[in-house]
Amino acid sequence: MGKLNKTAESHIIEIVERYKNEKTPLMLILSDIQNEYGYIPLEVQELVSAKTGIPVAEIYGVVTFYSYFSLKPKGKYVIGVCLGTACYVKGSQQIIDKFQELLKIKPGETSEDGLFTLDALRCIGACGIAPAVTINGKVYSKMTVDQVSKIVDSYKQEAQNV
Amino acid sequence: MFNSFEEFDKKSQHCVECINKKFNGEDGKRHILVCGGTGCLSSQSMDIIERFEKLIEEKQLQDKVTVNKVGCFGFCSQGPFVKIFPEDTLYRMVKVEDTDEIIEKDIIGGEIVERLLYIDPQTKEKVTKQDDITFYKKQVRIALHGCGAINPEKIEETLGVGSFKGLERALKMDRADVIKEILDSGLRGRGGGGFPTGRKWQFAYAQQADEKYVVCNGDEGDPGAFMDRSILEGNPIAVIEGMMIAGYAIGAQNGYFYVRAEYPIAVNRLRIAIKQAEELGLIGDNIMGTDFSFRVHLRLGAGAFVCGEETALLNSIEGQRGMPRPRPPFPAVKGLWGKPTIINNVETLATVPYILREGAQKFASYGTEKSKGTKVFALGGKVNNVGLVEVPMGTTLRELIYDIGGGIPNGKKFKAIQTGGPSGGCLTVDDLDTEIDYDNLIASGSMMGSGGAIVMDEDNCMVDVAKFYMEFICDESCGKCSPCRIGTKRMLEILTKITEGKGTMQDLDDLQELAEAVKANSLCGLGQTAANPIVSTMSKFKDEYIAHIVDKKCPAHVCKNLMEYVIDKEKCIGCGMCARNCPVSTISRTDYIAPGHKLASMEIDPSKCIKCGMCQSVCKFGAVSKR
Amino acid sequence: MAKINIKIEGQPYQVEEGLTILEAARECGYEIPTLCNFNHGECSLASCRVCLVEATGARGLVASCVYPVAEGMEIKISSPKATKARRISVELLLSNHSFHCQQCDKNGHCELLHVAQMVGAREGKFFGEKTETFYDDVNPSIVRDTSKCILCGRCVNRCASIHGTGILGFERRGFKTFVSPAGNRGFDESPCLLCGQCVNVCPTGALMEKSEINKLDEAMAKGKFVVVQTAPAVRAALGEEFGLPVGTPVTGKMVAALRRLGFNRVYDTNFGADLTIMEEANELLSRIKNGGTLPMITSCSPGWVNYAEYFYPEVLDNLSSCKSPHQMQGAIIKSYFAKEKNLDPKDICVVSIMPCTAKKFEKERKEMEVDGNRDVDIVLTTRELARVIKRSGINFNKLPDEEFDQDIMGDYTGAGVIFGVTGGVMEAALRTAYKVLTGSERKPIEFTEVRGLAGVKEAEIDLGAAKIKVAVASGMKNASKLLDEIKAGTSPYTFIEIMCCPGGCINGGGQPYVKPMLMPNEENDIYETYRTKRANALYSEDERQKVRQSHNNPQIIELYEKYLGEPNSHRAHELLHTTYNKSREKYPVRK
Repeated sequence: MGKLNKTAESHIIEIVERYKNEKTPLMLILSDIQNEYGYIPLEVQELVSAKTGIPVAEIYGVVTFYSYFSLKPKGKYVIGVCLGTACYVKGSQQIIDKFQELLKIKPGETSEDGLFTLDALRCIGACGIAPAVTINGKVYSKMTVDQVSKIVDSYKQEAQNV
Repeated sequence: MFNSFEEFDKKSQHCVECINKKFNGEDGKRHILVCGGTGCLSSQSMDIIERFEKLIEEKQLQDKVTVNKVGCFGFCSQGPFVKIFPEDTLYRMVKVEDTDEIIEKDIIGGEIVERLLYIDPQTKEKVTKQDDITFYKKQVRIALHGCGAINPEKIEETLGVGSFKGLERALKMDRADVIKEILDSGLRGRGGGGFPTGRKWQFAYAQQADEKYVVCNGDEGDPGAFMDRSILEGNPIAVIEGMMIAGYAIGAQNGYFYVRAEYPIAVNRLRIAIKQAEELGLIGDNIMGTDFSFRVHLRLGAGAFVCGEETALLNSIEGQRGMPRPRPPFPAVKGLWGKPTIINNVETLATVPYILREGAQKFASYGTEKSKGTKVFALGGKVNNVGLVEVPMGTTLRELIYDIGGGIPNGKKFKAIQTGGPSGGCLTVDDLDTEIDYDNLIASGSMMGSGGAIVMDEDNCMVDVAKFYMEFICDESCGKCSPCRIGTKRMLEILTKITEGKGTMQDLDDLQELAEAVKANSLCGLGQTAANPIVSTMSKFKDEYIAHIVDKKCPAHVCKNLMEYVIDKEKCIGCGMCARNCPVSTISRTDYIAPGHKLASMEIDPSKCIKCGMCQSVCKFGAVSKR
Repeated sequence: MAKINIKIEGQPYQVEEGLTILEAARECGYEIPTLCNFNHGECSLASCRVCLVEATGARGLVASCVYPVAEGMEIKISSPKATKARRISVELLLSNHSFHCQQCDKNGHCELLHVAQMVGAREGKFFGEKTETFYDDVNPSIVRDTSKCILCGRCVNRCASIHGTGILGFERRGFKTFVSPAGNRGFDESPCLLCGQCVNVCPTGALMEKSEINKLDEAMAKGKFVVVQTAPAVRAALGEEFGLPVGTPVTGKMVAALRRLGFNRVYDTNFGADLTIMEEANELLSRIKNGGTLPMITSCSPGWVNYAEYFYPEVLDNLSSCKSPHQMQGAIIKSYFAKEKNLDPKDICVVSIMPCTAKKFEKERKEMEVDGNRDVDIVLTTRELARVIKRSGINFNKLPDEEFDQDIMGDYTGAGVIFGVTGGVMEAALRTAYKVLTGSERKPIEFTEVRGLAGVKEAEIDLGAAKIKVAVASGMKNASKLLDEIKAGTSPYTFIEIMCCPGGCINGGGQPYVKPMLMPNEENDIYETYRTKRANALYSEDERQKVRQSHNNPQIIELYEKYLGEPNSHRAHELLHTTYNKSREKYPVRK
């Protein structure tokens, strides 16, 4: 557990403490950690295990079961392509294919430069504007294949300018 | 805090008067309502609200005009919406830059901004009021009561449309009578299975236990469905009230919401609603002076479709992997933390207050013999009017698709409508006059499901659709039981083979055998229904399967291995746009110059084409087509 | 429980209310195939879907392992629908399974193979991609091969329910699911006790002991002087591997087999056990006398020692410093025996036949050597010994009964024999402690208060001069209650025996598999009774022994006189005692 710094350690403990009055709060704890850190590495799970008494294997099993939890940090820009039915029948597969081709990553992966993470999303409920793509929460509506490379370029540009 | 029913009535009465004055103009003000549903928010409706607020401040209209963020209007493909009261003028597809005009022309000038009105696609006439739009005409709003009208973040507004009146009536009744009321209403679970809600409650009521629980299933995971999200965003208090009525009826003191983490707006509004209700003492101890006490807790899902299955959901709340439990024991006997538990879906609970408020008879006056009331559908896919609709049971699919949905866009032919999501099946032209209810949809080879209704046209390949759903299920299978874990994978592999043109007729038999086995052998509802899209497409579109296998053709030109792009040399003007955009440089110029054109036409080398479709999307002359 | 009427295949039966269909059917003489169900629902995820039957009152097929019988229920096991369903469930499992059955050490004990035959699985019916697999054989004790795993969850349940450590868990989901320690690390990188209880319940070859048969072959080929010693629990179970009824003691045949396998000496670890008692009983008395750390806790179970180091480093001072019997015996073989026989210890290879997988790890500990000589070179489990015997062509059941080699360390007492069962070490120590304290032998010899298979036993023992409170626990979940008391300073005990495996070594992770489905000649309740039967085999051998107290073992007396001096002497400490690691990392990162 040496890898966790003191600040992170005390903050994780604080998160665990937050729910000490709740029954079976594991999901609540993990959600907060995911939200606040963007991922839940094994060292953190070990700490949660030590504080809650839940075996690490069980926590790890929970983390890897739910797609919302991540073991690795995500890219600077998280691109989510909705593959819900409404988007799919309107061609979102081609959209995600194009992202894969341009970024050279598969859904769930992060590009080598750490810039982009590509996620295949289940319905985000924006069926009215299908096919929908979200990038860091910003929604792009009625996407077309030829918009993809422009969008990717604009984010690459933005990253360079920062 | 309300120490008696009378005290509550006073408050409720006051709120109702306020709301009524707001809508009928008696308060002497104008009210701007802006849709704050997820769809419209993603189209900058928040910016619209801010812009309105800024303009009102600039023009010093604060005393005369209010801006209200309300829940989903339902008609998502036409969003964002802005509605002006008391005139009830509806503007659609509003952009931030339109706000100035609305303020100047309508709010100040009292004139309607014509260009922002909805145009009826049939009559080509402009429609001013929401209720006159065909999309809304056939709808009856029970579960969606208050959605799109009230500000979901202000409990006074929801009290103004009668919230907690249902609970109040329940609290005056005997617990068994509350259950009887629900039984009499004929309400069936809106989450998919259609199990009579009252019977579920009865089972839990009959259990002797020191603790019981009500759980609200808000883990709406069906791709293409967003009924529950819209309800939670539009009127969360209604769902809380339903939960509390259920709690009172079965003898529970604690309720748990389980909502997808992917619905941040819904979660936030639910949190606000719980807090406001607690502050008013409508959640807590001795509600309205009775001995009924109830607490509401919120738990978040974390991205697992299977958690919509009730026992998996319970495991998830208990901090476990969302793997379903065998039944019996049923949750009503041994549920959350081993205690009797009822699990109702969001729409079901949102309907409960109406039944208590208006009476079972009124609810039962809607619907068919065995399916009472209304059902909310998320209408999507290849249909003109995409959005959320609530219709009485018994409405036909034709009314849903053509009257409410406005038909299929671009003059394409209707092929199928998928109801019940990945657990359901597709319905075809032959089923269009089927009256929607639980039993009819099952008889037609599909199911009600939670309310997803995806329309497909001639450009959709049904084998591909089956494969899409199987991919989804394969991804979402929890992996606990072997038929679902491995069986769905094997079915997906066969479907992939077929869509790649490598299928054999034996594969169809294997698919059938696997489908039956996965249905019969699986542990939970997810696995038991996993093969439904295959079974239904295989029975209704067998010819498409055979075309893929025998003719090695995809009739809808979707499956890449079984289709190709071609350039019509007569239509091609030889501009070369396609060749310049082709990512693999597979398009070259021929020697042929079509009559009337100056340049030689282009052609695609099928051996190198990766079928990305870029050429077709850039050709302005419609010369590229699929074959 | 009330009796209810049911019908199976049209035949009327009366069965107890509350049983599952599977249990009821078994009572009525039907064997419904099952994989994930284990020991009457001790673990039953209802996930394998191999036990599906038709039952009236249920919608569709039901999993008989969890579905309760009801009055008037009619059950159809071999209806076409149920037969077909069970077959496809198995065929699907097979389509995601590694096909190396011929080479698999689980062959003969594989429940999947058995069930596949039962349901008539068709060859190559379904095939396709297989789940990504992982192989871990880095630790000395257990091999995990997920290509053979069917995700029944028995191991996950076993580890969590008996030890509370929960080392194994399901990871990922859907088709990608597999079972592993957290983060898919090796057992050596997790606080795993290496007890092998997971191996015992695994229906397939996904979890196995790490075989050292090749090391034995190598030692034999090199012409080493190979000395074998067998733990007490081995004789109580080895016969099961050769089809003998559970609980048949096979000491004589086992010795005969070992001799025929070419071992230069065949000894009984009971000698080492007697030696352990001499050291441990005296250590206890000296702690009592000199105000040492109490309660003292036994240290012969390596799984327990692992547990203490990982989870209760605070109590390590309470552990007896004694090595476990086979390590003591190994140390004596390489010193005293070598000297007596004029052998270079480097030429001796000590092989321990153990009911245990953790012993494979224990022998590798750095503390387990003296003057550069490892105490023990090879540890084979009872099951591995059976494989070696089978391989050699020996017809085990037809062997004559023979005696252990008698020279130098051939004698052993009844006290040593009962080490193999929970409470046995305690009883053996008390027999000797009584003698040391009172100068006379206790009558009766037996301390029955510490016998029996309860998870935690406690008793007040009159040792003549003093009364002491003792406790016995097996399974780490049980032990943790006693350990928490020690940590809190409230422990009322003077002496505690702790064994890792529930019931003690007779139920060790290296013992023959007890799989009711594969044991048609045993009673239906064999899973409830096998530990008692094996324990009785040991207690009866104790009774038959002329000498039943360790201190009366003439060769032990001789060993002290000629070589060690007194118990706990300096030389005894060098050879027979050990130390523990107070800062053992739970999650070391493999270099």
